[in-house]
Amino acid sequence: MNAIQRLDATFSALSDPTRRAILARLAAGDASVAELAHPFDMSQPAVSKHLKVLERAGLISRGRDAQRRLSRIEGGPLEDAFDWLRDYRRFWERSYERLDALLEELKAEGNRHERAKRRKGKQR
Amino acid sequence: MKNSHTFELAPRGEREIVVTRVFDAPRKLVYRAFTEPALVKRWMNGPGGYSMPVCDIDLRVGGSYRYVWKSDKDGSEMGLVGEFREIVPGERIVRTETFQGAWSPGETVGTVELKESGGKTTVTTTVVYASKQVRDGMLKSGMKEGMAMSYDRLEEILAA
Repeated sequence: MNAIQRLDATFSALSDPTRRAILARLAAGDASVAELAHPFDMSQPAVSKHLKVLERAGLISRGRDAQRRLSRIEGGPLEDAFDWLRDYRRFWERSYERLDALLEELKAEGNRHERAKRRKGKQR
Repeated sequence: MKNSHTFELAPRGEREIVVTRVFDAPRKLVYRAFTEPALVKRWMNGPGGYSMPVCDIDLRVGGSYRYVWKSDKDGSEMGLVGEFREIVPGERIVRTETFQGAWSPGETVGTVELKESGGKTTVTTTVVYASKQVRDGMLKSGMKEGMAMSYDRLEEILAA
């Protein structure tokens, strides 16, 4: 997967409320499919399906122990995705503040030109 | 700075994110600031720490543009490139947008609209994402409050 596909996978995985809830639960500690199914009132196959999506997106990893296969949250892709979002928002907020200042300058310039024009007009 | 200039961000339809901001200047000036490279370079460089060594704008339908930002710290570069699809001078610009950096939601379509009222100009930028999933992911994963998993919660997760 390239960076774009990775971000797509991350955001697609996060777009589902159940998967976000599963991630929130895993943030509190590793859990098995049965442990995850219980609070969500879901069948284990349904939970497994969500876990597969999360795993493909790299948001979780799953243990090798077949008996009690624990899921664990992986911070990397989340961190990358949220860094990007935070930066995106901050980028425009700060840029727009700078644009405020630039527009003040342009307005002042425009006013000076206007006054100069009026003066010229009077001289004629 | 909390005032009438507050930055607003909201979803619209299935695949859009809309950002609205009011500027205390006439539309004509705001349009210049968005389309003249020498002016764009002076404000569109985010939170600081970046310069904008490249800002090419061929402002006509089918014309392309290319922005490159360079980090003061490590010299790394990020780019935004695309093509103009629609231009109504002083009012509206529609263009494709592809972000060239570590992370990108793929090619999107961006629209900038300017409306003036009482000497102030409202700038509305709309970005249309490739799919509802990507858009919703963008919003629900922390850009909007009241989500099942809030941004703060994610911060905790990431810090853990």
